[in-house]
Amino acid sequence: MTQEELLAIKADTSVDARGTSCPGPLLAAKKAIGTIDKGQIMEVLSADEGTRNDIPKWCNKKGFECLGTVEEAGFYKIYLKK
Amino acid sequence: MQQVTEVQANDFQKQIDALTAKVSMLESMNQDQLSIAVVSGDFDKILAAMVISLGAAAMDMEVKLFFSFWSLAALRDPKKRVHGKNFISKMFGIMLPKGKEKLKMSNMNMGGMGPRMIKSIMKKHGVLSLEEMFKQAGEFGIEITICEMSMDLMGIKKEELIDYPNLRFAGAVTFAGDAGESSAQLFI
Repeated sequence: MTQEELLAIKADTSVDARGTSCPGPLLAAKKAIGTIDKGQIMEVLSADEGTRNDIPKWCNKKGFECLGTVEEAGFYKIYLKK
Repeated sequence: MQQVTEVQANDFQKQIDALTAKVSMLESMNQDQLSIAVVSGDFDKILAAMVISLGAAAMDMEVKLFFSFWSLAALRDPKKRVHGKNFISKMFGIMLPKGKEKLKMSNMNMGGMGPRMIKSIMKKHGVLSLEEMFKQAGEFGIEITICEMSMDLMGIKKEELIDYPNLRFAGAVTFAGDAGESSAQLFI
């Protein structure tokens, strides 16, 4: 997905894990994924650069679709579809 | 001719049975599971063990930790007191760190300055504290098995260990069994 498309996404749920570093954001994402239904979109905010690579790996394993990452000032927004 | 086919069919059936048994055995092996033998009692190594475990748990792996020897110090609860220890056990008790907050570093310990510095940096970077990691590990169902033999050697009693939801006591055979059915095994 292009950056414009990602920016236009309206996530069904948002996880703000900017206060934690590895493996905090992934733990937060794992906890939150149970609250949404298949096909819904989750946004993970993380200031930890490793999360950018960790989330796609996790999605790959769980069969979710990782839509992409938007880089903001000092943190990342990672989008995925359950 | 009829007889020959019957014999062959029986043979086939036997081979299929043997294969089915083998396949189901293979399937039961190599589960999506991580086994770690945690032997070191250094702050940095316990930290590594917990970060890897939580990462694996987030990836939906079953995680089984086997705590043995020096690592037992990390599982002591500083608030709990035990009576009736013999002299050597008491000495060990005094020499070993009382819980995860008192662990030393394997490098650059600098008389306790190192761990204090690392902890403040961890806080600044939003890394969970060891205390918090153990709490999360409990929530994620990470299993901790404590080596009974090590407890005897170090003079550590069950009554002085932390409250953890999935704590069990076993021996090397349990670790060997768990490790055998895991897809990943580590020694820390």
